[in-house]
Amino acid sequence: MTAAEAEALELAAPEHPLREFWRYFSANRGAVGGLVVIVIVVLLAIFADIVSPHSPIASNSKAFLVPPAWQQGGTWTYPLGTDAIGRDMLSRLIHGTRFSLLIGCIVVAISGTVGVALGLAAGFFSGAPGILIMRLMDIVLTMPPLLLAIVLVAILGPGLVNAMIAVSITYLPFFVRITRATVLGELGKDYVTASRVNGAGTLRLMLVTVLPNCMAPIIVQGTLSFSTAILDAAALGFLSLGAQPPTPEWGTMLADARDFVLRAWWVVTLPGLAILITVLAFNLMGDGLRDALDPRLKR
Amino acid sequence: MLRFLLTRASLVIPTFAGITLLAFVLVHAVPGDPIQVLAGEHAISQERHDELLKSYGLDRPLPIQYLRYVGHVLEGDLGRSLITHTPVIEEFGALFPATIELSLAAMLFAVVLGLPAGILAATRRNTVLDHGVMGVSLAGYSMPIFWWGLLLIILFSNTLGWTPVSGRVAVAFDIEPVTGFLLIDSLLAGDGDAFRSALSHLILPAIVLGTIPLAVIARMTRSAMLEVLGEDYIRTARAKGLVPLRVIGIHALRNALIPVVTVIGLQVGYLFAGAILTETIFSWPGVGKWLVDSINRRDYPVLQGGVLLIGTVVMIVNLAVDLLYGLINPRIRHRRA
Amino acid sequence: MALLEIEDLSVSFATRAGNLRAVDGMSFSVEPGEVLGIVGESGSGKSVAMLALMGLVAAPGIVKARRMAFDGRDLQAMSARERRHVAGKDIAMIFQEPMTSLNPCFTVGYQIIEALATHAGDSSRVRRRHAIELLEQVGIPAPESRIDAYPHQLSGGMNQRVMIAMALAGNPRLLLADEPTTALDVTVQAQILDLLLRLQRERGMALVLITHDMGVVAETAQRVLVMYAGQIVEQQHAEGLFAAPRHPYTAALLDALPERSPGAARLPTIPGMVPGLADRPSGCLFHPRCHFADRRCRAEMPELRGLDGATVRCHYPLAALADAR
Repeated sequence: MTAAEAEALELAAPEHPLREFWRYFSANRGAVGGLVVIVIVVLLAIFADIVSPHSPIASNSKAFLVPPAWQQGGTWTYPLGTDAIGRDMLSRLIHGTRFSLLIGCIVVAISGTVGVALGLAAGFFSGAPGILIMRLMDIVLTMPPLLLAIVLVAILGPGLVNAMIAVSITYLPFFVRITRATVLGELGKDYVTASRVNGAGTLRLMLVTVLPNCMAPIIVQGTLSFSTAILDAAALGFLSLGAQPPTPEWGTMLADARDFVLRAWWVVTLPGLAILITVLAFNLMGDGLRDALDPRLKR
Repeated sequence: MLRFLLTRASLVIPTFAGITLLAFVLVHAVPGDPIQVLAGEHAISQERHDELLKSYGLDRPLPIQYLRYVGHVLEGDLGRSLITHTPVIEEFGALFPATIELSLAAMLFAVVLGLPAGILAATRRNTVLDHGVMGVSLAGYSMPIFWWGLLLIILFSNTLGWTPVSGRVAVAFDIEPVTGFLLIDSLLAGDGDAFRSALSHLILPAIVLGTIPLAVIARMTRSAMLEVLGEDYIRTARAKGLVPLRVIGIHALRNALIPVVTVIGLQVGYLFAGAILTETIFSWPGVGKWLVDSINRRDYPVLQGGVLLIGTVVMIVNLAVDLLYGLINPRIRHRRA
Repeated sequence: MALLEIEDLSVSFATRAGNLRAVDGMSFSVEPGEVLGIVGESGSGKSVAMLALMGLVAAPGIVKARRMAFDGRDLQAMSARERRHVAGKDIAMIFQEPMTSLNPCFTVGYQIIEALATHAGDSSRVRRRHAIELLEQVGIPAPESRIDAYPHQLSGGMNQRVMIAMALAGNPRLLLADEPTTALDVTVQAQILDLLLRLQRERGMALVLITHDMGVVAETAQRVLVMYAGQIVEQQHAEGLFAAPRHPYTAALLDALPERSPGAARLPTIPGMVPGLADRPSGCLFHPRCHFADRRCRAEMPELRGLDGATVRCHYPLAALADAR
């Protein structure tokens, strides 16, 4: 082999899949921007206690509804102002990152794990068990998700944990459907038949052979569900059905905001802005992930 | 086509059964004694308790109770509100038009703005307009709509004073309820001021409720158009020497509308969930607010009835959308013999 | 005067990896009523050149030509509106995939009548009858009922006939047919080709037939252009081309025809591939695949030169060899 041929061979070797993925992903500036914001949010959540100037739940009866620092009447002690019972907005917003991230993680973990498991089962056992699972999911889907979540919380009782469980249940059908559809697509392929012929048991086939190849759409669904979960949990908080006061969850912070529309715009605007920025970041990243993972869009 | 119609229509029965099951399980899943739950805050004696137990049939096994419940539902009996003691179905009927009016207005807003935006974005791909439309849509469905509503109230009602803050119409007006739609009823009564008042109360809630459907429709239209514009038959239409407006507006759009109509239909389900939040913010006297109040007041018959009715309405609309889809997709409408 | 005159047509696409020249300095003309065949492999630029003529090349493609004239009128100088009167009416084009080239949401009758309305200017009553006549002319049985059919209800061959009927609506003087039979069954192929030739004769229409199939060219064309990697490499009358090809590429294409190697154990093939974006050779574009290439071929791009009534782009055209045989 000549030096030229060897060099040609090296050039022809395929990229590591992770590098290839990063190359596509990083070309999307929105997605990278989203990722940066998410990293900031995660850091804020981890170091919330250190970064916050005050405690998120300590109230100061001498400082009700203080405007943000740049407005008349504001002070740099409370950079973003205070709420109706004198709690520092900035600290509450920073601590709110913890709850939003927690909600997203738990909801996606629960509905993702259970949903994917059910989807795998429905795909592999497409007879009676498969049909039963899909019918159950159809029943769940007869209601708009938020409505169903509200109803479930009505049954279980208000609270952050119940809100997360309710939202997880409403997201199940999406994970089940996408997993089942992808699994059915993969089952017809040769590598599955080959594994089967080699004597792989059903469990091994499901988890080791097929599942890794279905991950792309599941990951995308996971990212989008993360952002929707934050929105839905915030909606429940707003309706006083989710996290209860004094928990500094951004949606709960907006529950009584209607009363302050006239006199304290910062109580209304800032928590919603925090939600918008976080959800937007996840959606941008989700879009970027989808474009980078979709084989059809490559080359 | 007929076969498609029948197949699709036949799905209604199991879906409806599913909805009734959900509504039934709802009340019975609430922890605690159902009679106590139904009685709410009132204390009742043990005899009264057992009486009620028998009369509600709660001593029978669950499947029998379910069948009794379905029987009642099919007769139109959904129980009475624990607070107002009015039949649930009557209250729903009185409040539903308000929600419909709001939802229709929101949908109109979303389609009238979203379709052209999506088409423009597709025909001017990768320009500032395209990125703008995509960016604004993305922001649109990334924000909590209850916050968006509050923001618009601050801007338009407080700062600018253009729109009222809450309600359906100024208290001063008393409009004869003929259809239940204030816009129509005020016109029927020939009351211009009342009409204007109703309209100004409708604008902001409709915009808020319609924002997410607007974003979804714009995105979906754009991607459907982009896909269609790459098809061979568009190249043929251009080769025929047709005016570009005709190529896009008729040849492309007609095909792109097929998936877009489905998406529009799916938004209806969203509209009910969104209506709950929007009605709460604007104190709009519709079904959504009614449902939320029932949760806070533990008015379980209303909650159960509301869930059933809303689920049924969504089911009917989804059926209508599916049938419409079959109609406009020529491959389904005109199957090969 | 020639019906169509093209001088130095180039179409390039700006891609992230570089500039792709799909058509490179192509010059040719079409006389009224003649049948011109354009042959080449996929990637030779034959289709793109026709699309450029019709004004159908979209961004990021860039079309440049010294002259593009139809019937003496400069196509490049026309407004978009004027151009639409020419491309679509006087010049019509039919495409390769009939099943996807018709709009699935409208009946075939609607689409033909639309073409009539745009170009023929009949009253609406007359249009439907006219459409039925067109369907009859292209050989569709029971046209009165077929006119209300949807494209997916008809076969590929029928759809191609509908495409031809639609193209005829404006009474074109020139019909461009881009691989019209490639996607069809062999039996239907012959029928469609016969139809095109019959229509061409009856209407005195010029026909440009683009194909990669030398067999199709043999049966239909009067004059042939051979294209390779965006350039014209040979131009000759059909009999001359088949008897004595001048360019090594043409000779190799002909040798690859099964009919020319009866009883052979293996068919001759052309080694290598058409150059893409990244591997455009220096000098003559064909030299990496040519048996006769030498140093001059590697260094210098040959010009298109006349030779005994043909034109060839080669430093060592095969004339001498053919005569020697």
